[in-house]
Amino acid sequence: MVQLTLPKNSTIRTGKTWPKPEGATNLRKVQVYRWNPDDGQNPSVDTYHVDMDTCGPMVLDALIKIKNEIDPTLTFRRSCREGICGSCAMNIDGINTLACIYGMDEVKADIKIYPLPHMPVIKDLIPDLTHFYAQHASIMPWLETKTNRPQKEWRQSIDDREKLDGLYECVMCACCSTSCPSYWWNGDRYLGPAALLHAYRWIIDSRDEATGERLDELEDPFKLYRCHTIMNCAKTCPKGLNPAKAIAEIKKMMVERVV
Amino acid sequence: MDYMTDLKRAVGMGSAREGTKRHWSMTKSSVALLILTPFFVFTFGPMTGEPHDAVLAYFQRPFPAIIAALMVVTTFMHFKTGVQMLIEDYMHGLAREITIILLTCLSYGAAATGVFAIAKIAL
Repeated sequence: MVQLTLPKNSTIRTGKTWPKPEGATNLRKVQVYRWNPDDGQNPSVDTYHVDMDTCGPMVLDALIKIKNEIDPTLTFRRSCREGICGSCAMNIDGINTLACIYGMDEVKADIKIYPLPHMPVIKDLIPDLTHFYAQHASIMPWLETKTNRPQKEWRQSIDDREKLDGLYECVMCACCSTSCPSYWWNGDRYLGPAALLHAYRWIIDSRDEATGERLDELEDPFKLYRCHTIMNCAKTCPKGLNPAKAIAEIKKMMVERVV
Repeated sequence: MDYMTDLKRAVGMGSAREGTKRHWSMTKSSVALLILTPFFVFTFGPMTGEPHDAVLAYFQRPFPAIIAALMVVTTFMHFKTGVQMLIEDYMHGLAREITIILLTCLSYGAAATGVFAIAKIAL
């Protein structure tokens, strides 16, 4: 059966409340999930106070400030700080999003930060995305052709190129897949919204010649048909993409093949 | 410790090359129920609270009997596919397989019982 409660060693306890910075008047309370695989303890939620007068506006700014000035042991991924790399995906105020483009002013109460849900945690806010990336690799995210390579580039009309809009922008942050209940319960077999969006991106690429093979590989009650159009993926995508629509398009193509 | 690669784990046993048939059948039964439900409500509804003899006489007419029979069969076929999806979502391993078998027996059994009852009245 699906597990609806946390195992004992995953139950979250109240962690340390770090002292407020001296002299600060404009403080914001930030609660962060902490877990260290080396200390054998259960996860906890630590409370920090961030001086907003000396902090940037985004949640990532607060995390970097905490790491630099309060607690250097806090661990999280970040790189581009402008919503391009997808590294800083985490659950902020109950929403999977990118910390670098999520403003602290969007959160009304205390800022609660957890790692992406339902993934194994490596440390603090860092989830293990190994399986997620392997699922992406399994859909062959590259151009498959059989025709001899042209002397110059593979040509594509403007109209065909436009079909890739809303798909190619995905940064593989995993916000969508980890917000999907179907992926929570059957993530080992269900490819999830991100991988399926990428699969569709290559299926409808006018230059790709492996459409049939790609559809064959996806035709599976678990790989594709675990999507029940819950739409959490579209709601949470920090890039404003709609993986559920891409999955629906794949299903339509599957039906077109048999009817 | 196993030395399975990440890709091997992600690919698993590969595609079952199955699922579209079930998805299409679910779509068809949804559309059928969309059409049948109003007919069923308007044929079955007026008979609620009527005397036993009046109900028997009513369901001996072809239209109400056929609508009722179609409704019973379509509902339980739709139920079977839908609940199977639910079981696959939330159950794993042997429990999943046994529950699906029980569900199949229940669905066909309920559909057959319904059709038999309607046929007994109508014929």
